[in-house]
Amino acid sequence: MSDVSQYLVSEEPFYQAVGNEVELYEAAYSERLPVMVKGPTGCGKSRFIEYMAWKLKKPLITVACNEDMTASDLVGRYLLDANGTRWLDGPLTVAARIGAICYLDEVVEARQDTTVVIHPLTDHRRTLPLDKKGELVKAHQDFQLVISYNPGYQSLMKDLKQSTKQRFSGLNFDYASGQVEAGIIARETGCAADVATKLVKVGETARNLKGHGLDEGISTRLLVYAARLIKRGINPNQACRMALVAPITDDADITATLKHSIDAVFA
Amino acid sequence: MTLSQDELNELRTMLTCGFEQLDTAFAGCMEDAVARLSRDGVKTMLEGASLICMIGRGYEPVHVFLEEMPEIAERLGEAVIEKVSQAVWKMSRTPNGKAILPFLQTLGEAARRLGSETLFCQYIKIVFDMMESTTRSTHGFHQTIPSPGLPEMLGQMPFLLSQLSLEGLRNWIEYGAKHYLTHPERQIDYFTLQSADSKAILQRERHGTLFADNERKMGLYMRAMWQEKAAQFVPYSLGFDELRKPLPYFDELGLRVPDVFDDYEDPGIGIRVKGTDRYRAVLAHMAAHRRWTQAIFADNFSPFQRIAAEMFEDCRVDTLAMRVYPGLRHILQSLHPMPIEDGCDPTVESCVRHRLAMFSYAIMDSEYSYKNKDIIEFVKRFNEVMEAGESSTQEIAALALQFVARTRRQEDQSANVYFADTTVDYRDDNRHMWKFYELGDEEEMFDEQDKSKAEQDEKSKGLPPRHYAEWDYLGKTYRPDWVSLYESLHPQGDGAKIDAILTKHAALAKRLKQILDMLKPQQYVRVRYQEEGSELDLDVAIRSLIDFKAGTTPDTRINMSHRTDGRDIAVTLLIDLSQSVNDVPDGSSQTVLELSQEAVTLLGWAIDHLGDEFAVAGFSSNTRHEVRYQHIKGFSEDWNDTVKGRLAAMEAGYSTRMGAALRHAALTLAARKAGKKLLLILTDGEPSDIDVDDQQHLIRDTHKAVQELDQLGIYTHCISLDAKADEYVSDIFGSRYTVIDNVERLPEKLPQLFLTLTK
Repeated sequence: MSDVSQYLVSEEPFYQAVGNEVELYEAAYSERLPVMVKGPTGCGKSRFIEYMAWKLKKPLITVACNEDMTASDLVGRYLLDANGTRWLDGPLTVAARIGAICYLDEVVEARQDTTVVIHPLTDHRRTLPLDKKGELVKAHQDFQLVISYNPGYQSLMKDLKQSTKQRFSGLNFDYASGQVEAGIIARETGCAADVATKLVKVGETARNLKGHGLDEGISTRLLVYAARLIKRGINPNQACRMALVAPITDDADITATLKHSIDAVFA
Repeated sequence: MTLSQDELNELRTMLTCGFEQLDTAFAGCMEDAVARLSRDGVKTMLEGASLICMIGRGYEPVHVFLEEMPEIAERLGEAVIEKVSQAVWKMSRTPNGKAILPFLQTLGEAARRLGSETLFCQYIKIVFDMMESTTRSTHGFHQTIPSPGLPEMLGQMPFLLSQLSLEGLRNWIEYGAKHYLTHPERQIDYFTLQSADSKAILQRERHGTLFADNERKMGLYMRAMWQEKAAQFVPYSLGFDELRKPLPYFDELGLRVPDVFDDYEDPGIGIRVKGTDRYRAVLAHMAAHRRWTQAIFADNFSPFQRIAAEMFEDCRVDTLAMRVYPGLRHILQSLHPMPIEDGCDPTVESCVRHRLAMFSYAIMDSEYSYKNKDIIEFVKRFNEVMEAGESSTQEIAALALQFVARTRRQEDQSANVYFADTTVDYRDDNRHMWKFYELGDEEEMFDEQDKSKAEQDEKSKGLPPRHYAEWDYLGKTYRPDWVSLYESLHPQGDGAKIDAILTKHAALAKRLKQILDMLKPQQYVRVRYQEEGSELDLDVAIRSLIDFKAGTTPDTRINMSHRTDGRDIAVTLLIDLSQSVNDVPDGSSQTVLELSQEAVTLLGWAIDHLGDEFAVAGFSSNTRHEVRYQHIKGFSEDWNDTVKGRLAAMEAGYSTRMGAALRHAALTLAARKAGKKLLLILTDGEPSDIDVDDQQHLIRDTHKAVQELDQLGIYTHCISLDAKADEYVSDIFGSRYTVIDNVERLPEKLPQLFLTLTK
């Protein structure tokens, strides 16, 4: 059995609830419903799950999904050793055994044939068949599966199958409203309140350009980066250019517009 | 009188000129000259005047010379005196004597605008270059026909100099001189700024920041900072209304903004605002109005009250805008004029505008230095109102009325209005601010209906023309909006004809089918890193073994498999439908058109079979004003009877202006999402049109069009049926062409060619 304590979140992560998502999640957890969190990049999805794991005092196992990931990477595989072969549980199996919250980050990145292995765990069965090992793992009563998913990609190739989607309850995330977001930035970085408000204003201008040359607006995460740079004594204009403009676009017109908005906000 | 009679007489002897009128004007001119020039300068000027007197153009040139030169020489140095007199002399030796007087009259303005001797001499050279290139001869010996455009151009010169830099002026002149060399009337139209392309070139060469270059940036600005999702911009020209400059405004049709802004510079206080920021200021002000202004009823206001209410409202929305974006203050304040407090004398002038501008400035700059009690009081009251919240148009108008009542004076009614430093040029004309109880009986009300009717008529005629630029290889520039292209649906004929063609070529179709079948399941692509696959991927397998031996976790994905890749090609076939395809080539019984029809039929059938996206269109041209682009098959249309019907009805006529057709075809093709884009052009000769004398022109233009298409990621390939095509076709298409000598075999060759191209 793996060491459970390493998966526990020891310190309270800062999370600012925007709506009643904490309540909703708690209800879903008490019913052990699988949860899907949706939302643009950097809006606090992963932080929320971390916070909930801390709040519920449950271990959290996070798997970052990618294209090359196979079912064995989730479930486990046989390894050769000096005495022959040895079975090694994958993260999903470990979570099912110890009763952890298993968080599959950016699940659309995984291939569809990989994602189907989670199906038996996500309905009434709550089991995980390890066909290679010939074992049927019954999920621990505390086990819960959470996936995150960014619908903003809008790619034909990257979407979840209906049969996968319909096993989850969903929580929609978005960037917090101006004041709340400013509060988050101030709290997270310890910067002055008016700097945070101004950063949010810049962020909003960029979010208005989504779909017009920008695939995604400036995320809360980037605003936090900018605030940190400013806190280090960097001039706000330069900090914003470094943290907010350069990472998100190469388009000259958009760069000019964003730079102007930074100048206009940080007069 | 500083000159004594003796001195005057002495000067008069230096001027060899016998006109009677000179005696009356001489003393006045000399007063000025002696005051401004050195003794040598005056002498040189009198020598110059003697020279001009001798050219036989009467008294007037001499008079203008004597009047203008002292000021010019004082500004630019006395060396210019001789240059000018020599230039006039030189001009008099050509048939362009008529232009001498206008030339002399432009010099004063040129000196003021250009401000340095070098530039001034360049200006004279530009005028002379133009004169020399447009002065023509009948038999090639002596130049005998005066330049038709020169006097006209000199008449326009003050305006031109105000709009163009010297470089731009030269480009504008060269364009006109080159294109209208052989057409005197058109040349005059060009140089009097009457013709459309004259204005277009002027527009292009103007100094400043063109709105057209920044439209996207401004659209992004409105969207990002003001949430104006669908801002429509309608640029207007500042170039042609000298008396009354149009102001920005907005209505339901869009935001009207100037087409060009110079950078704003005030070296006195070291201010500099870039053209793009001036646009942003205009747009920010309009956006602020759209966000915060509610229209109020105008009927009960007097004109003065309305002006005041507008100014107060402008200040209110600017304040609110700056509250949201503090950085705007710097730009707006820099652009705001700074009226001088005692600049306007209220006893003789109407100071309404001046007072309001002072008020507005005081709002903008909290460190204002005005002493006027009323202004100080109202600025304070205004700020109090604004501190309480956003206020409203109604509330601020009420404050404006009190301001008018307090500061009213009898002289405000005076027709002599003080204007200096009272126009804030980033602000719009505020027409949106007013509504009326009664709709007026202004003239606009009447033609409203006519307009909608005219628009309807336009619509029923088919698509409006699209304009394309054409490349001018001599000038190395694009001629803007040079070609008008009309796209229309090709009329329909009997589709059965096409099926008959397919039956006729049944044997060929069968052979093609074999090739097609081979092409269809194509392109094996390796898929690596598979846990289970058809083959062992040796690279990965070895790596895994090494890992294993080394004691780390080996990668178990050591197999690979294959999959077939789908074809991802979009094709547009452009068919030359000029008159020449009606010819029957030697040794053939069918016209080129019929053969092309057969070839296109087979190709269409083949592509349809492969499932690639494809479109077909025909083109011909009748001068640059009418390029016809006939739509035969679109990408989303099936290869059905309608399409076959259009193909069967293909008819030929007129000429081959290829560049515009290519550019137009690229418009739809570039928008396709396919991985490869192919444009096939089937033609029987070189590009030509009846309004082009220079054979090379259209060839070079087409070449340019092909380069443009390359940049769009479109691969162009030409199938030429002209046996002599080798001479020019590689100039246009590089190595991407196929010449089919034996036209009879076209139906067979074309599909094969396509298949080899896309294999």
